[in-house]
Amino acid sequence: MDNDLLTDAASHLLAQECTAGIVRDIEGGNRDSARALWGHIEDAGFADALVDEAYGGAGLGLAHIAGLLSRCGAHAFPLPLADTLIGRALLAHAGHARPSGTLALAKGRLLDDGSVHAVVDGGWIADSALVQLGEAWHVLALHAARRQAHAFILDCTARWEASLVNDARSMVISLPDDLDLHVLRAPLLAAQMSGAMGAILERTLEYANNRQQFGRPIGKFQAVQNQLAVMSEHVFAARMAAQLGCVSSTPFPTRLQAAIAKARCSEAALAAIETSHAVHGAIGITDELDLHLFTRRLQAWRQSSGSESYWHIKAGEALFAHQGLTLDLLRSVSSAGR
Amino acid sequence: MTILDSINLFAIPSEAEEIRPEIRKFLIEELAGVPENMRARSWGGYDAEFSRKVADKGWIGIALPKEYGGGGRSAFTRYILLEEFLNFGAPVGAHWIADRQSAPLLLKYGTEEQKRLHIPAICRGESFFCIGMSEPEAGSDLAGIKTRAVGNDSGYLLNGRKIWTTNAHRCQYMIALVRTSGTSSDRHKGLSQIIVDLSLPGITIRPIKDLSGDSHFCEVFFDNVQLSHNALIGQEGEGWQQVTAELSLERSGPERLFSSIILLDQWLGWVRTSQNLPASSALLAGKLFTRLAPLRSMSIAIQSKLTRGESPAVEAALVKELGTTLEQYIPSAIADDIFSREDPHVPGELLLTLQYLTEISPAFSLRGGTREILRGIIARGLGLR
Repeated sequence: MDNDLLTDAASHLLAQECTAGIVRDIEGGNRDSARALWGHIEDAGFADALVDEAYGGAGLGLAHIAGLLSRCGAHAFPLPLADTLIGRALLAHAGHARPSGTLALAKGRLLDDGSVHAVVDGGWIADSALVQLGEAWHVLALHAARRQAHAFILDCTARWEASLVNDARSMVISLPDDLDLHVLRAPLLAAQMSGAMGAILERTLEYANNRQQFGRPIGKFQAVQNQLAVMSEHVFAARMAAQLGCVSSTPFPTRLQAAIAKARCSEAALAAIETSHAVHGAIGITDELDLHLFTRRLQAWRQSSGSESYWHIKAGEALFAHQGLTLDLLRSVSSAGR
Repeated sequence: MTILDSINLFAIPSEAEEIRPEIRKFLIEELAGVPENMRARSWGGYDAEFSRKVADKGWIGIALPKEYGGGGRSAFTRYILLEEFLNFGAPVGAHWIADRQSAPLLLKYGTEEQKRLHIPAICRGESFFCIGMSEPEAGSDLAGIKTRAVGNDSGYLLNGRKIWTTNAHRCQYMIALVRTSGTSSDRHKGLSQIIVDLSLPGITIRPIKDLSGDSHFCEVFFDNVQLSHNALIGQEGEGWQQVTAELSLERSGPERLFSSIILLDQWLGWVRTSQNLPASSALLAGKLFTRLAPLRSMSIAIQSKLTRGESPAVEAALVKELGTTLEQYIPSAIADDIFSREDPHVPGELLLTLQYLTEISPAFSLRGGTREILRGIIARGLGLR
């Protein structure tokens, strides 16, 4: 998935514009940096990639943008591009207008006083959120919400007063059969995770080859080599799982493809994070080293839209419902899907 | 960029898939009534009569050239064939090694005479092969082998001893890695591959009983065994390079992920009919499935590299390590699922399969190279050695 023009263009752009310094600025609350970085993404046309050509988009599918998202992961890209890609496609498909800027996706909860509460990934930096409230969907501005800190530094809980919700248009967006927000988000989260894991593997290998102890690089010790070999197995499997999740030539995966991608990447992320930090030693947990830009993100992505156990149960239910050989269900997921 | 970046999702060509229904029909008929605990032996199971039926269908050497008796089909057709054999638990052990390794090796390095003599017989299911690598003092440290073939007027005089040779007592031929010059201290130099007719005088084969009571591996003694000149495969002294290339074929195939699949399917069959299904069972089923799916894709992606003539040794080591880890996890996790219940009421047939795989599964990460050896290969591929 890394050998196409879009991916190459993304690699080039991100290497220039999404440096570790920029990521740190944005995490530190610098909105100008966030706006500038998003400007580059818009200029490149990435954000409308999944929007149908009839609505002015590129009409691409998951298979075409998986590489782009993987590169975003590899650069710790801090803005909600994946959500914006899906959100814009959903709005366009349903014939609704698309707001400008970044668009986070969230499942809302209607409270007794008519206000709406949601956990919004990237909610501190996104311009607006596409919030699902049962059958109805609303585009709500994030600056108008009462926001509070959530687990990851760029995520928040948001609460919109009833008047704001009532003023926003209530839209109908019908999703294909068995899809929900988790299913839509999972493959793109997985693609980013796979890229981030590739990045920490490279960094950890480089560190192991340079850091000297007992008179030689620590990577020369079998105990360290063993850990890195196992880490690379997980990263390899995660990469393949993310590709399976993004096999569709439309913006939509199947539920099972999403489950494989997100479960395997979340599982692999734990192993990859553990080894990368173990090999880096104390320097790895400093603010100064860039490693945490990736490992903190991987933890956040693991928790977002279903951890490994969430998806294990979904996949298990599909396997129970399937009659016949497990092989036949395995075969079905690697075909193009929707 | 690491070596991992070169492997991408690859779809099995649809024309290769055409063979699947025919294979499946054959397996359903031939294996009717064979209990799962026997099927679980799969490529470790030996049934010469079954192998000859497979040969009659043209399915041994299916991807080998027609001029040597093969089927002339694609490597992916063969991949599908193996996948079906493994998922139905067909007793394919008799011809497995010859089909997977020996015939392709002879095709690549053999003389015309060797090819004509052996490959058609392999494809007919008449000639079974074993691989003589390990010795009592040379297991993971394979370069330390001491079995020696010394050149003489008639060819080579073979002396020494091999161990853990699968099915040596039921094969016609062994392809052995032996020392033809130098000593163990020369390591990878001076090793050669030779083909040994196991009916020759001076050969003693002693099966070794395993912990389940099966006898599949053997000790093989060579006492002044006279081999002809044409016993040599490829170049004298090039044995190490030839063997290493062969291992990519051995390490990434579907037999590195599906060794416990019969148990998984049997357990699923039981779970699907049980009342009050615990959520932990769904979680386990999903965990196994979401690990299997990317592994299968990895194995297929490596097959596509092999098809293009590449030798993805490191990638194959990665698949074998992950695949055998999963194969070993399946029986232990299923046992935990079953016996976590207050009152399991498990069918005896399921327990027999579970028992067999529980006992034999340590072998999965030994055969074809131990974890430690594979991790060494991976570490080298990652630039750490």
